[in-house]
Amino acid sequence: MKRGLMILLLALAGFGGNLLHAGEAQPLAEDELTEKRLIAISSELRCLVCQNESLAGSHAELANDLRREIRTLINEGKSDNEIMEFMVSRYGDFVRYRPPLKGTTLLLWFGPGLLFVLGLAGLARYLRRRDLAVRDTPLTAEEQRQAELLLHDQDPSQGRS
Amino acid sequence: MNRFLWPLIGFVVLVALLAVGLNLNPRDVPSPLVGKPAPSFSLPRLHAPDQQFSPKEMLGKVWMLNVWASWCVSCRQEHPLLVELARRQTVPLVGLNYKEVRGDGAIDMDKVAPDSEKGMVLQRAADWLAKHGDPYTLSVLDIDGRVGIDYGVYGVPETYVIDKTGIIRMKQTGPITPDVLSGKILPLLTELSK
Repeated sequence: MKRGLMILLLALAGFGGNLLHAGEAQPLAEDELTEKRLIAISSELRCLVCQNESLAGSHAELANDLRREIRTLINEGKSDNEIMEFMVSRYGDFVRYRPPLKGTTLLLWFGPGLLFVLGLAGLARYLRRRDLAVRDTPLTAEEQRQAELLLHDQDPSQGRS
Repeated sequence: MNRFLWPLIGFVVLVALLAVGLNLNPRDVPSPLVGKPAPSFSLPRLHAPDQQFSPKEMLGKVWMLNVWASWCVSCRQEHPLLVELARRQTVPLVGLNYKEVRGDGAIDMDKVAPDSEKGMVLQRAADWLAKHGDPYTLSVLDIDGRVGIDYGVYGVPETYVIDKTGIIRMKQTGPITPDVLSGKILPLLTELSK
């Protein structure tokens, strides 16, 4: 019980930490709803300066500019899709953390699944082959006799065989 | 023999993929603007701040737009090439001075009075060109970086080749190297100027 509580507390602490972290690079909220949408949108976007950081979490100059731009667009009443389109038309699909499904991204989307299926097929083939290799062959009478001999011949002091 | 063949093939394929991956430049993000009209803007000119410049004025000409700033270290690397290009008078080269003051990490913007920023931009940009040579037909000032966003600028220097109808035909992110200039830009300019 105590342990369960501890885990729960730790999990909550971790979660809270994440929330704090996501809000770190945000300027002071003027309008809570705008800021919420800004965070939601910019978490889906890549910062092009530090490419493995989202636009929401980045401290880069350009990220600041782009967040300001997104905030302006939100205040102009643009929808999330329109804002996404604004970013993609300038920086390309690379700016999105969820790349769209199209010809050039097919391998990206289905490559891992394909590798998994290939791996499974390889494993199945290997297992079947190994099964065939160790097919049951009954012992001949002579072999049986030898085996018995070896079993009975064991030194009792060595314990169970 | 057969036992080692497949792992060997797998290893070779893996090494080949890694070799290709290591040689790709992660900064080289394909621009969606190539093949599209150059975004329009109207910005004050560096050497004539009362006059505005707009890409529309270049219709009918092949030209290049080069994004630069005095704080940009790689700009110094490509600058001699630009000066050389300008000396040969190939095509008009327009400089887009990008966030001259705001983009400089060494400047604390809280200490810069809002109305003094433009003066600082003019001063710093002109000084830099006087010192390193001015290859630009004209330069314009993108003080807040707003036009830079329309052009998808994310790493200065960047260079755009724009054709006679105002379509962006090529974008170079990062400094122009002699290889890029002679291998890609110059042939493209010749082709577009026909």
